[in-house]
Amino acid sequence: MAKVIIDNVEYEVPDGKNMLEVCLSLGMDLTYFCWHPAMHSVGACRQCAVIQYRDENDTRGKIVMSCMVDAVNGTRISLQDQKGKDFRAGNIESLMLNHPHDCPVCDEGGECHLQDMTVMSGHNYRRYRFNKRTHVNQDLGPFVYHEMNRCIQCYRCVRFYNDYAGGKDFGVFASSGRVYFGRSESGTLENEFSGNLVEICPTGVFTDKTLRKHYTRKWDLTSAPSICHQCSVGCNTLASERYGGLRRILSRYNGDVNGYFLCDRGRFGYEYVNDDKRLTKVAQKATSDTDAFASVKNLVGSKPRMIGIGSPRASLESNFMLKQLVGEENFYQGIPQHEAQLAETAFNLLRTVGVKTPSLSEIETYDAVLVLGEDVTNTAPMIALALRQAAKNQPREEAYKLKIQKWNDAAIREVVQDRTGPFYTATPCSTKLDEIATQKFTGDTNHLLALSDKIIAAIAGSQGGNDNTDAYANDVAKALLSCKKPLVVSGTGMMSKEILLAAAGIARALKVSGKEAGLTFAVPEVNSMGLALIGGKYWDEAVARVQSEKDTIAIVMETNLAYRFGKKNAESFLKNCKQVVMIDSLENETTAFADFILPAGTFAESTGTVINNEGRAQRFYEVFVPKNEIRSSWAWIDQLTHSKESARHFDTIVEEMIAHYPILEKIRDLAPDANSRIGTQKIPRETHRYSGRTAMNANISVHEPKPPLDEDSPLTYTMEGYHGKAPSKAIPYFWSPGWNSLQSINKYQIEVGGPLHGGNPGIRLIEAGDNTGGDLKNTGSNKTNNGTFEVLPSHHIFGGDELSAKSAPLATRIPDTTVSISSSALQRSGIEGAESLSINYDGEAHSFKIKIDNSLPDNVLMLPKGFNETKGLLFPFFTEISKG
Amino acid sequence: MATEQVISDEARKEIEALFHHLPKKQAACIDALKIVQKHNRWVSDQALVELGPILEMTPHEIDSIATFYNIIFRKPVGRHVIFLCNSVSCWIMGYEGIRNALKEKLQIDFGMTTKDDRFTFLPIPCLGNCDHAPSMIVDEDLYEDLTPEILDEILAKYE
Amino acid sequence: MERPLTEHIKKDGTALTLKEYEAVGGYQGLRAALKMTPAEVMGVVKDSKLRGRGGAGFPTGLKWSFVPMGDDVPQPKYLVANGDEMEPGTFKDRLLIERNPHQLIEGMIISAYAIGASMSYIFLRWAYHEAANRVLLALDEAYRAGYLGKDILGSGFELEMDLHTSVGRYICGEETALLNALEGKRANPRNKPPFPQVSGLFGKPTIVNNVETYCNVPHILAKGAQWYISISKSEGGGGTKLYGASGRVKNPAIWELPLGTTLGEIIEEHAGGMLDGYKLRGLLPGGASTDFLTPDHMNIKMDFEEVGKAGSRMGTGTIIVLDDKTCPVGMCLNLEQFFAQESCGWCTPCREGLPWTAKILLALEEGRGKPEDIDHLTFQTHYNAPGNTFCALAPGAMEPLQSALKYFREDFDEHIHNHSCKYHRH
Ligand SMILES: Cc1cc2nc3c(=O)[nH]c(=O)nc-3n(C[C@H](O)[C@H](O)[C@H](O)COP(=O)(O)O)c2cc1C
Ligand code: SF4
Ligand code: FES
Repeated sequence: MAKVIIDNVEYEVPDGKNMLEVCLSLGMDLTYFCWHPAMHSVGACRQCAVIQYRDENDTRGKIVMSCMVDAVNGTRISLQDQKGKDFRAGNIESLMLNHPHDCPVCDEGGECHLQDMTVMSGHNYRRYRFNKRTHVNQDLGPFVYHEMNRCIQCYRCVRFYNDYAGGKDFGVFASSGRVYFGRSESGTLENEFSGNLVEICPTGVFTDKTLRKHYTRKWDLTSAPSICHQCSVGCNTLASERYGGLRRILSRYNGDVNGYFLCDRGRFGYEYVNDDKRLTKVAQKATSDTDAFASVKNLVGSKPRMIGIGSPRASLESNFMLKQLVGEENFYQGIPQHEAQLAETAFNLLRTVGVKTPSLSEIETYDAVLVLGEDVTNTAPMIALALRQAAKNQPREEAYKLKIQKWNDAAIREVVQDRTGPFYTATPCSTKLDEIATQKFTGDTNHLLALSDKIIAAIAGSQGGNDNTDAYANDVAKALLSCKKPLVVSGTGMMSKEILLAAAGIARALKVSGKEAGLTFAVPEVNSMGLALIGGKYWDEAVARVQSEKDTIAIVMETNLAYRFGKKNAESFLKNCKQVVMIDSLENETTAFADFILPAGTFAESTGTVINNEGRAQRFYEVFVPKNEIRSSWAWIDQLTHSKESARHFDTIVEEMIAHYPILEKIRDLAPDANSRIGTQKIPRETHRYSGRTAMNANISVHEPKPPLDEDSPLTYTMEGYHGKAPSKAIPYFWSPGWNSLQSINKYQIEVGGPLHGGNPGIRLIEAGDNTGGDLKNTGSNKTNNGTFEVLPSHHIFGGDELSAKSAPLATRIPDTTVSISSSALQRSGIEGAESLSINYDGEAHSFKIKIDNSLPDNVLMLPKGFNETKGLLFPFFTEISKG
Repeated sequence: MATEQVISDEARKEIEALFHHLPKKQAACIDALKIVQKHNRWVSDQALVELGPILEMTPHEIDSIATFYNIIFRKPVGRHVIFLCNSVSCWIMGYEGIRNALKEKLQIDFGMTTKDDRFTFLPIPCLGNCDHAPSMIVDEDLYEDLTPEILDEILAKYE
Repeated sequence: MERPLTEHIKKDGTALTLKEYEAVGGYQGLRAALKMTPAEVMGVVKDSKLRGRGGAGFPTGLKWSFVPMGDDVPQPKYLVANGDEMEPGTFKDRLLIERNPHQLIEGMIISAYAIGASMSYIFLRWAYHEAANRVLLALDEAYRAGYLGKDILGSGFELEMDLHTSVGRYICGEETALLNALEGKRANPRNKPPFPQVSGLFGKPTIVNNVETYCNVPHILAKGAQWYISISKSEGGGGTKLYGASGRVKNPAIWELPLGTTLGEIIEEHAGGMLDGYKLRGLLPGGASTDFLTPDHMNIKMDFEEVGKAGSRMGTGTIIVLDDKTCPVGMCLNLEQFFAQESCGWCTPCREGLPWTAKILLALEEGRGKPEDIDHLTFQTHYNAPGNTFCALAPGAMEPLQSALKYFREDFDEHIHNHSCKYHRH
């Protein structure tokens, strides 16, 4: 701790901070631009100037940039000194010289850090009387809109995009007053994290193009805390609505999970919520005017033979309710058996291997990494972003030895240059993270497993042979053993249980050798872990069941069977069912077979709990009540057995679930219950600046409708309620007096960049014990090898996820469906120069265009998982190939 | 794509020869740009694309550097470039008279290239020749104590 | 009067060859140095009171002493000669490089030995084509003669040296921006601390000194610290200084004179006084980024302390003379346009403040000035003061302006009141 004096008041502050952080953490208002809590200080903008004094006798002091002043004992500064105030006002005046003052037409308006800082520093009148410089804007692709004239040259965008996220197609150009932030020429931003520019930019240079397509002033949005449903990481988001449409997704700060950032799939993949293929009405096949819901209810009430098909994209509550409805014996997981087993394996390993699974933000603290089999950039993008930070830890130590402070980003970068710490990859083909890898290794599944065995042996001290695999294994073992905190990252991407076991084995060997090891798994979907926990029988059993028991009624919830099993398999299953009730959100090939449809809410129209890849339970809330029949799946199921009057609330369902699953005990504390109040008030989803409420529906009726009541959460759907800072577990938007932009997050944190007041939301359900015993041998059966080529899935951030792929902006980024193969494999197969090739799957020939990838082993092919042309293929499989 | 290659093998070899004294290829970026410019007079978009794999950088990264420096030309220039010093000593000693004279003779002002592509005319900060102001450089040749009268003779040397 | 740096420079304008340089005592300083320990060499340089000739006058030996020494320090260490020389009105390093490149090379080898550097670069500005050619020839000679490369003169000391020619931009002269340029990056300055001595080129310990600074080193080693102090007329530092003058003086040129020679002597005796028909109005004593002095200051000594006391800086020691027929506002305009254009664009006061300043000055010159412009110019001189900006470029830019506002205020006022500039425009 250090004692610092700010405006003559002494404060005790943590060591290793700069004075800007200190002031903001103490809740003071101080202007800044270039500093960012995740990217730290470079001292460019000069907006955080304060007066520093040598000691109590120094009355003059000097201007310093607070972000560059170390908060050591005795540091004495003033924010109130007039010289400092004048400087800050003058500085912002300078920043505004070329700014177009176009707030009325600017997408950022009302949520603009530049606006806030201008007001805060007291610059009101304009003295500049000369022309402003103007820039040409660029087309940066479907996600980010560019308006360069608003730029105040804080350099945050390049620092994020290039230094933090590893982007290479964006930068700063020219010099002096002409500096330009963009690309060498117009074109789509390629980095997976480009959307963060929208939040990183303190003004309206980079704005959300998807929001722009259906723009709403930001104070007019209805927002709720949500969880991204686009992969297993479960980043915390703020989802916002107006007029019944979802308008945008922002990152919701969670110091344990995603911090300030999101990936582009998460941010821009929401448009399926607004799709015109949404199922909005309860429907009964071939009839229209009967009461369809009454029919479903009657059907269920007649106690038929019934099975339920659950889903990893449905919440815990929904899966639980379905299981309750049909009975444990009759609940099946609506995913391929192999996938279900993978998720269960991951879930069990995290509990039994005895190695800690770090949170997403903790990943950044590891100092050596082995990535085994997983292309995290595409399967769990935010893990890749965290790994990019972890890779800098070891070289950073060198900077610390030179007494460079942790927050001195620019200086650290000069020392680190482009070096990375020990970072090893072993994957079927080259992945994007290879660019920061110390060494990389590619091989088929068996080769990677052999490598893993050798790594484990090498960690235990055995030398092994001396082929390439041995050498790599020895290098990896040596590097991981020579650091403090090695992390093993793997996942279900290769669809191999053995790979998961191998990764766990390596992590455990490291722990046994005395390392503070970590183990991270990426799993397929937002609630894969939740479904594994709820448990359910496997799909193959369901198939057999309906074949033998022809009078079965199936309730299929939030899973598109045609997408998961192929159209043919889905069709034959559904045709064997006597009747099918489908609870889902979007019309698709499967819903065509439904006898009854119950329109389910997406993440935006439901409340629920999901468990992410680290075993963290997280709550998401309904953002708005749709003006149709859409509701949460669990609510539908509840109503099948309860009348409207006796319908149960979310909290009741959670309690019932906890009673069945003691491991879920802790989720009671995930959020304040629906009855909780702050004083007497609930938490409004709308800011007090929300406008036009009385006019919104005036074209239909001048009588303002009664706003819907939210009986399932502590939130309300209106602007009325508690307008102080919402408790961390239910923050629908960030706002603080004078801080209208997202940077008001500072005010919600115990210390800037640290945990939220009241704790970061989310509760970890799985913690590794100390027991590192237990058998890691694979007990399942190995796939038999009936072909020369092993076909593995390749993963794609854009297109690899069913729902987000339907979002128009994202859809334009989906690559063509191609089969990857090395040119030597083509040659070996005697089909050199072929443009497309044919493979066998399940007795059928499939033809794909070829994409050459020479990083692939000679006996491996890769096909994109989850694309239209590859849906229903169960990886891995073996095949022969031929031209065509 | 049948884009014509703009970086000659010779230039490429010169660039690759830079690497041996440097801890990483990117450090040769500025010199590489200079070499391209020596061969091609200017650095075109296509040149950036070709430089990318040589330097293990993207065209965006190279362009970020190229556009910072004023002696890297990202637009075509004439066969000869006239750099007339416009800094303080030359200003005191009347560089503006030289500028006007050149403007008249070449029918172009600062920042322009003659129609016949013969000259590009640029202002340049102090040439470090202040005791012989006004000064200018044509290509790599320094001319000092300029008067409008001697300009014809100088220009005649450049075809 | 001793002129160690320039006395052997040839009249015909060519460079001293290695043979010629050796014949007049060249590389004797190096031989002497290699007989000492690095610490002893550093000691001699410290004792000599050599101060940096790049503008700030920092004691050279002291700067070197911040380089970490010993076996377990980061390697390689680098040594860089700053030959960017883009400060308007400055033309001294060019002379030293073009006419006697070996003197620079020898100075650098000795300095590298003192700090334990194994790689060195001469950073030369783009415009010095002739100098570049001559340096390359000299480097070749030095390598062949065993002054560079492995095991220099059998001492076991090893040093590589390379030439880097820049591609423009004044900011490259700022030592940390220069390092970025050498790394092939955009030449934005770096934050200090950490100083380059600790984390410099490619993050390794690095010394950057001005060309003229290095040229002094061989003589100090050859003839000793006491001799070096004895040839100076200044209390604050040893040796001679290359002084120069440009503008409307009779004999604009460069002269090597004892450090501390008076301004009057330089202008009157060496520069030959003003051209006929012109009177001295003021002068910038050490390049474009120094404060104006006036005819009242002719008695002060041109050294770091005295010029400082008079309210300016000795800077590079090359004087720019303002005569009575040249507009001081116009001169400020020319300077500020230069600085605005050469701002690297990193920090706000410089990037935004300098163009605004230049636009106001242009307005004044074109008769569009307003009374409040004076206040605003004054504001800019405070806003861009040292410490407020990221590097010293912008504060340097303010020095001529703030002193012009002090000494030539009536000219500014006249421009505003008369809506025109009374001086004859060239
Ligand atoms: C904008 C700016 C430009 C500079 N240009 C030069 C230059 O061209 N040559 C030079 O030697 N020093 C220049 N300097 C000073 C250098 O930063 C550095 O102080 C000097 O090279 C140190 O050498 P010395 O200690 O030998 O003086 C410049 C400084 C600034 C702020
Ligand atoms: S003062 Fe600031 S903008 Fe100007 S050159 Fe220095 S760092 Fe760059
Ligand atoms: S926030 Fe401190 S200088 Fe920008």
